Formats: sequence, structure tokens, C-alpha cells
Amino acid sequence: MTLISKALVRIANSFVSVLGSLILVFCIIYLLPGDPVLSMIDPSVATPEMIENLRRELGLDQPFYVQFVEYFTAILHGDFGQSLINSDPVLPKILMHFSATLILTLTSTIFSIVIGVTLGVLSAIYRNKWIDILARLVGLFGISMPTFWSGILLILIFSVNLNWLPAMGSDDWKTLILPSLALGFVGAGLIIRMVRTSMLEVVNEQFIVTLRAKGLSERVVMYRHALRNALIPAITIIGMNIGEMMAGTVVIETVFSRQGIGRIIADAIMAKDLPVIQGVIFFSAIVYVIINLLVDLSYSVIDPRVRRSH
Amino acid sequence: MSQLLDIQQLKVDFTTKDGYLTAIRDVSFQIKAGETVCIVGESGSGKTVASKSIMRLIDYENGKIADGDIRLNDVDLTQLSQRELRAIRGKKMAMIFQEPMAAFDPVFTIGNQIIETILAHKQSSTEKARKRAIYLLQRVGISDAELRLKQYPNELSGGMLQRAMIAMALALGPDLLIADEPTTALDVTIQSQILQLLQELKTEFGMSILLITHDMGIAAEVADRIIVMYAGGIVEQATTLQLFESPHHPYTHGLLQSVTTIDSDRSKKLFSIEGSIPGLSDLPSGCRFHPRCPYATERCLNEAPPLLDVNNRKSACWYSEELVKNDSWKKPTLQTTSDLQRPRKKEQPREKLFTIQELSKFYPLGNRTFSGTSSFVRAVDNVSFTIEKGETFGLVGESGSGKSTLGRVLLQLEKASGGKVLFQDQDLSKLSNKELRETRKHMQMIYQDPYGSVNPRWKVGDIIGEPLQVHQSLTKKEKRIRVQELLEAVGLNKNSSERYPHEFSGGQRQRVAIARAIALNPQFILADEAVSALDVSVQAQIVNLMQELQNDLDLTYLFIAHGLNIVRHISDRIGVMYLGQLVEIAPSEELFKHPAHHYTRGLIGSIPIADPRHQREIISIHGEIPSPANPPSGCRFHTRCPAATARCREEQPLFREIDSGHWAACHHPA
Repeated sequence: MTLISKALVRIANSFVSVLGSLILVFCIIYLLPGDPVLSMIDPSVATPEMIENLRRELGLDQPFYVQFVEYFTAILHGDFGQSLINSDPVLPKILMHFSATLILTLTSTIFSIVIGVTLGVLSAIYRNKWIDILARLVGLFGISMPTFWSGILLILIFSVNLNWLPAMGSDDWKTLILPSLALGFVGAGLIIRMVRTSMLEVVNEQFIVTLRAKGLSERVVMYRHALRNALIPAITIIGMNIGEMMAGTVVIETVFSRQGIGRIIADAIMAKDLPVIQGVIFFSAIVYVIINLLVDLSYSVIDPRVRRSH
Repeated sequence: MSQLLDIQQLKVDFTTKDGYLTAIRDVSFQIKAGETVCIVGESGSGKTVASKSIMRLIDYENGKIADGDIRLNDVDLTQLSQRELRAIRGKKMAMIFQEPMAAFDPVFTIGNQIIETILAHKQSSTEKARKRAIYLLQRVGISDAELRLKQYPNELSGGMLQRAMIAMALALGPDLLIADEPTTALDVTIQSQILQLLQELKTEFGMSILLITHDMGIAAEVADRIIVMYAGGIVEQATTLQLFESPHHPYTHGLLQSVTTIDSDRSKKLFSIEGSIPGLSDLPSGCRFHPRCPYATERCLNEAPPLLDVNNRKSACWYSEELVKNDSWKKPTLQTTSDLQRPRKKEQPREKLFTIQELSKFYPLGNRTFSGTSSFVRAVDNVSFTIEKGETFGLVGESGSGKSTLGRVLLQLEKASGGKVLFQDQDLSKLSNKELRETRKHMQMIYQDPYGSVNPRWKVGDIIGEPLQVHQSLTKKEKRIRVQELLEAVGLNKNSSERYPHEFSGGQRQRVAIARAIALNPQFILADEAVSALDVSVQAQIVNLMQELQNDLDLTYLFIAHGLNIVRHISDRIGVMYLGQLVEIAPSEELFKHPAHHYTRGLIGSIPIADPRHQREIISIHGEIPSPANPPSGCRFHTRCPAATARCREEQPLFREIDSGHWAACHHPA
């Protein structure tokens, strides 16, 4: 199969995933306990008629499937509904704040890859030396520390004590550093471990002996050959990790008081603002699917066995 | 003439958790310019360590040269830094390895990897290096060199990759080429081609070759001199002719006796050296070979013999001179023990155990929803034959010929795409799952890899006992007794049931696998390359065991292997497969004496002969087996056949009986 037809199959699969997530999101929200109408108006002042009217207005009195079909057609038209709290349309709101979250996710990802791959490789090359022990410690902390805790710790050290970086806000690039560190740290921990393990596996492969026997320098053997082979399994982790980080922004944006989609959904959940919750989840699902699609396709770039397998 | 390579008193240690372990010691030998020297010995003898030490590759594997020196063109390699060594590695000395598939980096193209080698050693433009790479690939017999340059290792066959590996090794015209079992992973036809290529290139590039092999036939064919290693030391060193005419060390003698040839007596038991090679951590005292040596004395037990000069050669045995004079020493290569009574050949037609009718197995190729085509890999294509009760049916052919698939379909491990398999007149494909499970008791399997085919976390007793548990309701005690019986039957200590597989050697593990296979007293055993991964002498032990069990338990075997001599020895009848089809069936000796199909002739002609005086007439097959997804028209072998005519290209030959019991599918049988 050619690369293009392979990509087409993947893209088709992605559509199925997106549709599936749409149905899932809708079902979960539908089954959620609590009445959204009651959270919109104070039942102590509103008459039963007012409540009924509002319910009818929102279409919440319709059966499940009718609601779903309406929701689905609306989405196809780009209409994600309005916030129940302040009647703002959902889509523009998401789009406005999404860039901030995307940038945070991106910087965190870059941070986690740089730290993860570097330490992972060094850790494998200098196995059981001090740098290996350090890298494994970093990995252990990264995986075990919850982001809200490491976030607060970073604020405490770099903002409160050292006063180097701002503790909150989302105005300039300086405000990005601490949240990216906190968020990227988890991913870095996973990537360190993955890269270390797969590097150690790769350096025991027969072809490494061949490369040395050809008279190549250790630098070339390790960084040109071994690393590229070791990255293949690491990419899976990196891809999965991006999704984790998007989810992590919910906590991080709150801890660092940043604008962003994580904040919006945190607020919406508190206020039971269903259209916003649905919109954000659905939107995130699409992004997640796109990222995984890119990860899948990147395999073919890095690993020729995937590219031309028969 | 001065020596190209001069190794003196080499000792190599490996660091382990428990301190140093000496892998080889007192290894001294020389190689002259233009000479081919072979190191032979069983696995664990230290031959690979010796070769990797020359390249100083052991430095990367926790090894270090503890003593001695290695001079290449009078430069002592043991004194050089890794940096200085890099300039020599790949340039003055190069190496090729056993598994060509594993020896290339899978994520770079072949061209990339060859060019990289050239650029690492000399100032050259990428374009010039690329031209050189194309020239080299063409020289080693790879067609479409420019295309191959852009391909990745997974897109080339094993034989092609080994050629590319040779091209890469020759890129800078090394003085010394070290080849570590370069053909062991390849088919006998390709092996023959590669060996011939190496011989040609040796003269052309004016280099010396150090070839490491376990195959005495290969050594006989290519070596000028042979070094025999055992348990980390050299036991004998002589010219090839000397060594084969009159081996001086009992180990060499044993190795030569273990060789099966195409004219050895099949009614005799295969010779094998008793016991197995000792581990490095528990080497015996004195002469390290003494526990396995039939001539060992008190002296051998206490004093290690040095490599002594005897009759113009070197031998590390106290008694070489006396032994050679002894008459019993000159006995022919096969044991004349009467331990083994081969089954009396019943003249009347025997009962048929398996009847295979027009059996096919196709695998769909690629994703058909998008490409719209429906192509198939025709792994087994319209095969019919019978296996008689009590016989051993051998199945040979190159890899990709469909032998293993045929075996698996026979046992219903895979579903046939067409045709029938009758087991005792019962159509296996018609059975329900439950009935099939019941029938499976009678059909068992022994696999190639004794490491991979048993669960490493199970005790041997449980592994052997599992079939009993599945098919029989025995009490715990009955089961334990049965397991002990089985262990004894395969020649293992009956108390080993509490041990784990990793505590056993490869040969012993294969015995465990055999014990498991015979646990339910089956009628039929499929042995798929069951001895291929083992050393010659262990191979002989396993084959002897299988034959003994066949006599005792009235077993029928389907013996799949690519080692032709061993198949000839064990089989009553042999089937030859090519591209999914049976091309010839004949009684074992008849097949080797009068092969009718040109493919069979080529296969037999490719076997290296363990006799340096005998120059093999080269009737080796050219080229490689085509893809079974797109087999040639007419006779599938016509593309490689020396006798092919226009008719062969168009008309598929019928599988017909050309002599009593001798079938072949050829328009022009030899």
C-alpha cells in the first residue's frame, strides 16, 4: 500500500473516532445527574411554568434521540450552542481561548521531549554513572508528582522566593515558563524511561556491532543510528502524552490563573454549563485525534519498515 | 612472507557480576597475506570472542584483553586507543556477520550505510562514494544496484543482504576480512553462492580471510589452514589437508566423525561426542576436553597440555603422536555400534497415516478494500502426498518454499485454503473443534528454537506434564511418575523436573521439548527444523534419540529441515518443495543418488563436502527463490534451471512417477 492510501485510511479512521467521541460526550452529559435548568434559574423565585418554558426553549423536554440529532446537525453547521450562564455562543469562546492552551501544550511538549530524550539518551549511554542516576531520579519525580503540587512548588521557589518569574497571568512569554515546566515534567518523566529502555535495547542489537566494526565513531553510532531506532517506540509515548497534557491544562491553568480552555471547562463544570462542557470536550477530542493522526503518520517518516511494509 | 596478522598468547576477560571470567586464553595464531584461515568449534568454544577481539569490539561488551598482543601489519592493536582503532576498523580489517537481517540498521537505506562507511574513512565526495557503492554492489552480484542503494534492509532477501554486507566490508579494500558464520543463516544454495563469491573477491581484492564456522564442510572447501578451538583455547592447528587426513586431537577427530555426508551409511547411528562443551565458569581441570575424551588418562585430568608441535602441525594433546599411530583412530566416520536397530522395512505396502490431497494455503496480500486487487501469496499450492505409518518423511527446500506452512496446515494449526488432509482416513477439516482437540493427542510438534518453545517461567516437570493435564485425568502422583518416565526416555535426569528451562543447555532443552511431544504417546510428530539450531554433535545426539523413540514408540515423523545430510540420514522418503509445490518425492538414498528434478540436483550440489581432496563439481543453483506471490509461469523452477526449455516456460510439468516410488515434476528429468 502506498503512503497516500495508508494516510487516507488513517484519516477515515480519525473521522470515526471523532464521531464516536461526539456520541460519548453527549451520552455522558445526558446521563449526568442534576438539572441544568435548575442551575440556571433560582427555583425559589421561578414558577414551575417558567421552569417548564425554559426547558422547552432549550429543547430539554424532547426525547434523547431528538436532542442528539438536533445537537449533531447544529454542530455540522458550526453551532455549538450558547452558554447557559451568560448566553455567549460556545464556539467563539472556545476558539478565543484555545490558542493560549495550545501554546501551553506545545511548549510543555517541547520541554518534555527535550528533557526526556536528552536525559533518556544520556542515561542509557552512561548507564549506572551519576548522570543515569540523576536522570532516573528526574524521571521518577516527574511521574510521581501531581502537577498541582509541582506547580505550587515552582511558584514557591521561582516566584515567591527568588522572584525570577511571574506566578500567574498569561500576558507574555515569561508567564509560560513555569506552567510549561510543571506540565512538561510529567511527560518528561515518561519519555526518559521510555527512551532509556529502548536505547539500552537498541545498543545490544547486532547492527550496532556492525556500525562499530565499520570504524564509525561512538558519536555517530549513538546519535545517528541508535537514537533514531530508539525514538520509534518513544513516539507513541510522546503522542499519548500530548493528550495527557491537554487534560493537565485544566489543573495547571487554574493553579497559574491562566486564560485558556482548561480554565473554561473547569468553570463550566462548576456551573454545570452543559453546552460549554460539551463543546470543549468535543473540541479537545478533535485535537487529540488530529495529534494522534500526525503521530501515526510520523512513524512512516521515521521507520521505513512501516512505510513500505507489504 | 611476513605475517599479516600475528596473535600471541591472547587472553580475553569479561567483567561479570562475580568478577572476571576468562573467555579465551593462550590463543596464538598467524594469518599470512592472501591466506584463508578457518576457526572451527562448537558454540561456546570462543571462536566469536577471538574474532571480535581482533577488531577490539569486545571492549564494548565488558570484555578486555588481559594479556597477549594482536599485530596487524606489525601494529599492535592491543595498544591502540579506540580513536586510533577506528581508523583501522572498516579500512584495514572488516567484518561480516551471521545474521545479515540483523546486521544492517533497519532505518537507513543500504546505500546510506555503505556510503557512510566510505566517508568515515576517506576524504571523498558523496557522489564518488555513491559511485563506489554502486560498483561494489554490482561486483558482489546484486542486479539493479542503483535501485538497491535506495532500499531499506527489510526490502532485501537474506542472501542479497549478505552480499550487500560483503560489499560494505570491501568498501575500503581491507587487508583482512573476518567472516563470523557468514552463511549459517542462509539456505544451502545461497551459502554456496556466497562462499564462491568470497573466494573470488579474496583474490581480486588481495585480502586474507578469517572465517569462523561450525561446518567442517565449509572449512574443507575454503580454508588453507584450520584452527580448532575448544572451551576458550586452541586444541589443534594444521593445514586443511593435514587436518582432514589425519586429525591429531581427539576433539578434532570427534568433530570430523560427527560429519554426516551424502554417502554415509544410513543404517548406523550418528556419531556424537559425549556430553557437551563446559561453561566458562566451570572449566574442567587439566586438559579441558578430558571429560568428553575417550582417551583421557590421569595426566589429562591434572595437567593442561600446551599446544605442541607434532608432525608439522600443532596439537594440544599429550598423546597425539601415539593416538595417530593407533589403528582404531583411523576408523571410518560412523560409529558401528549396534545400539540402533532401524525398523525393519516391511515390504508390503504400509498403512497410510496422512493422506494429503490437493492441499493449498494462500495468504491474502495487502489491503484489498483500497487497492481493489486480490493477490495471494501461494505458500502451499496444490500439494498431494501420503505419509505412511512408522516412516520418517523428510521435507526439504529453500526458505520460502512453503515447508513450514505445509506442516502447520497438516496439523490444522492453520486452515487450508483448499484440498483435504486425511488423518487415518478422517478428514481433519471436517472435525468439530472438540473432535479436533481429541485428535490432536495423536499429533504433536517439536519446534526449531528450544529457547522460544518452552515457557521460561515454568518448571520442566510442568512443561512436560501439561499435555497430560489437558488430555488425561491423572492423579498428581501418576503424573509425577509419568513425567519421570518421560525425562528418562529422552535421556535427562529424572530428578530435573523441578528445574527451569534456563538451567539446561540447548540440546537438553530440545530433549524437554521432545519429552513434551511424546507425553501422550502420539502417533505422529512434526519436527520443524528441530535440530537446526544445535551444534553438530548435539544434533547427532538428538537425531539418535528421535530414531530410538521412533523404534520404541512406533512413531511417524514429518521431518522438516534445511540441513540436507541430516534429512537424508533420518528420512525414509524425502519430498522436495519449491515455491509451494512438491517437485520430487523419492526414497532417501535414491533421491541423493539419482535426483531427477534439477532443483534437487542443485540443492544436493550446494552441500559443502567435508573433504578437501574432493573438489565439488559446481552445479549450484543461480539466483534466488522468486516471490510466491507471483510465481513464474509453467514450471516454477524454469527461471533458475540449467535445463529449462521453451516448454518449461509455458507448460507446468505433471507430478508423475518416473521410477517405482520416485516421483518428479519435470519435463526433462536428469
